[in-house]
Amino acid sequence: MAGKPLIDDIKNGKIFILDGALGTNMQLNGLPAGKLNEEWVLEKPEIPLKIHSDFAEAGSDILLTMTFCANPIHLSDTPFAQRTKEINYKAVDLVKEAAKGKNISIAGSLGPIGKLMAPYGPLEPNDFYTSFAEQAKYLTEAGVDLLVLETFYSIEEGTEALKGIRSVSDLPLVVSFSFDRGTRTMMGAKPSTVAQTFTDLGADVIGINCGKGLDENTECLKMMRDATTLPLWFKPNAGKPEIGSDGKTHYHVTPEEIASRVPDWLAIGAQFIGCCCGSTAAHIHAIASRIKTA
Amino acid sequence: MADLLNEIKEAVIDGLQKVVPGKVQAALDAGIDPETILNEAMIKGMSEVGQLFEDGEFFVPEMLVAARAMASGMEILKPRLIQADVKSAGKVIIGTVQGDLHDIGKNLVGMMLEGAAFEVVDLGADVSPEKFVEAVKENGAQIVALSALLTTTMPSMKATIEALETAGLRDKVKVMVGGAPLSDQYAKEIHADGYSPDANRAVALAKSLIA
Repeated sequence: MAGKPLIDDIKNGKIFILDGALGTNMQLNGLPAGKLNEEWVLEKPEIPLKIHSDFAEAGSDILLTMTFCANPIHLSDTPFAQRTKEINYKAVDLVKEAAKGKNISIAGSLGPIGKLMAPYGPLEPNDFYTSFAEQAKYLTEAGVDLLVLETFYSIEEGTEALKGIRSVSDLPLVVSFSFDRGTRTMMGAKPSTVAQTFTDLGADVIGINCGKGLDENTECLKMMRDATTLPLWFKPNAGKPEIGSDGKTHYHVTPEEIASRVPDWLAIGAQFIGCCCGSTAAHIHAIASRIKTA
Repeated sequence: MADLLNEIKEAVIDGLQKVVPGKVQAALDAGIDPETILNEAMIKGMSEVGQLFEDGEFFVPEMLVAARAMASGMEILKPRLIQADVKSAGKVIIGTVQGDLHDIGKNLVGMMLEGAAFEVVDLGADVSPEKFVEAVKENGAQIVALSALLTTTMPSMKATIEALETAGLRDKVKVMVGGAPLSDQYAKEIHADGYSPDANRAVALAKSLIA
């Protein structure tokens, strides 16, 4: 955990190295098809622990918890419906253990619910509010240093999530969207609208993760920089997956390629830099080395 | 006649759920052939919606309201199509694969396929390979459409295709795959018959697979 309040470091402009992918590394470590990451938080905690520890070794200043889908609505459709609290607590403990003895902050990860809000889907605004409030409460109680809404696509869902979270937690809050239609989310939200909306709603950091290619994500980053003065979070994915001759999934963007983009991202104004789907500890190590020499 | 068909088409594109049924009824009352209404108004409208999505003009919300507007018109039209013995474009079994509860993309593809006159059997989300196999046996579909949003659930697609092979059904159906983490390359590697990057191209793909 960070020695002095994290929010001061954020406001002072410290550059943070984030972590890499959790899901794709769980697969590399044998997570079978059809299993949620979160299942192994409970059943095989040594695997997530190893992945977190590898990122810690590679130079991450912030590690995200393996709780992307660990919200009460999502888990209600799984055998883990009654274990939402347990999963969130355990996932935080695993990151704490990986961060032990290091100056690393723990970020509670909250992914979107996966169902749409009325009139486009079955859920009401309050369903989102209460679900995110519940998960944020568990993560906060369990001792995270900040909370991250990641891979969001809907302004409305993000708004309910932020309000729900703020009703239970004062921790620094990152709001990060995935622009998988290039420079729009699948719901049509633009980087500028996302940045303005969540700046006005009181987020501490605005961000981009996952999304499409590195070029599109870099373009989104510029658009966000023009729309807010808040610190920017940037975690693009490492390209689209392919299966190699060994039968395992591979991603095409190399650690060197990611690292070569880092000076550009810093120049645009990214303050938190990591990598999403397909990245390994080698990607994070390459980012860390480049940031330290920048 | 052309005016009325055009009005239906525009109302579908604009997602006017309350307007479409009345216009479809008016077209039927005017003696327009149900199949013409389907092809020249409804399907044409949804096809334009799909193109607008592909072009980045429309996003998920616009597609959803258009699909609903089409569905509301189909309630009026369907009995007449059955009466006239108009065949569907083909039967598709669709589902999000095992371990994955995300159904937004799958629902969109299902709606767009229905919008192109396919008969869609929706198995929902978190569908096991066995359930897909059962559904193929029961429904005799020409196409199985698999969806996955998470990088961790993509391997369930491979498992589903293998289950179809084991059950001796692989030659009887075409398998198409889609979802945010997917690629054409990945689809080839797991021996799917096709990959679509979005709901609009899924329609074109489905048509080409059974052409």
